[in-house]
Amino acid sequence: MGLKRNVSLMTGLRYKGQGPMLTYVLHRIGGLGMAIFITIHMLSSFLGGKGGAFVNTIYENWIFQIFIFFCVLFHAINGLRITILDLFPKLIEHSREAIWIEWAIFLPTYGIAVLAIISTALGG
Amino acid sequence: MSEPKSRNLTLSQRGMNFEMLMWLFTRLSALAMYALILFGLIGALIMGARNQMNFADVMRWAFMPNVTHVQSTNVPDLAPWASIFWKLTGCALVLVAVAHGVHGLVVIADDYIKSARGRQISRLLSIVFMLLMMGIGLYIIWTS
Repeated sequence: MGLKRNVSLMTGLRYKGQGPMLTYVLHRIGGLGMAIFITIHMLSSFLGGKGGAFVNTIYENWIFQIFIFFCVLFHAINGLRITILDLFPKLIEHSREAIWIEWAIFLPTYGIAVLAIISTALGG
Repeated sequence: MSEPKSRNLTLSQRGMNFEMLMWLFTRLSALAMYALILFGLIGALIMGARNQMNFADVMRWAFMPNVTHVQSTNVPDLAPWASIFWKLTGCALVLVAVAHGVHGLVVIADDYIKSARGRQISRLLSIVFMLLMMGIGLYIIWTS
């Protein structure tokens, strides 16, 4: 069994990895979300028909747009942090500060985007 | 102390295997995608997106510069958006993004698949899936 671990599930849930752990989890959620969405999106526009039209209505929904934009933007900004820290290993000393900078960039950018998406959805 | 520590090995003994190259590819392809997305965004603004498209439409175009992504907007002339230039940019983005994404899925799968056989199978499936999605992506770009 690939899932066998030396720690119990409860220990895993109680693990407090704090900032780095949170970015890792969100990076994975964002990557998986994008991979699933883009696969479905490409298949639906390739196959077309009724199924494709139905899928279209889902991702033209503004709630879905807020979710997928979170995936994309967080994955992009967190990926940039990982890329910079990995390509310049000396900076790994400042990895905690890098996460703070990342949130300082992500939150306003995402906030503005969500505002734009909601105001477009409400204003037509 | 049966296995040698990596710091005692020479560079060629340590790495430069396929996994290491894919690790590097993930970083470099990320940088390439930033460049391509920025490129699409700037191109859209030059072609008049400021007055004819809303935020979501601009984002849709930037993340995949395909003409179907601007069909529902107020852009009067779709011809510049459907040029060979943007089709080639879209092809580059599809190829890089699919390779990056499928490798990401393999990395996630490796967290749950430990046996060498299972990892071989997951890699084989990922290659098939990658080629399939690349083919579909290029087909969509050149027929839309």
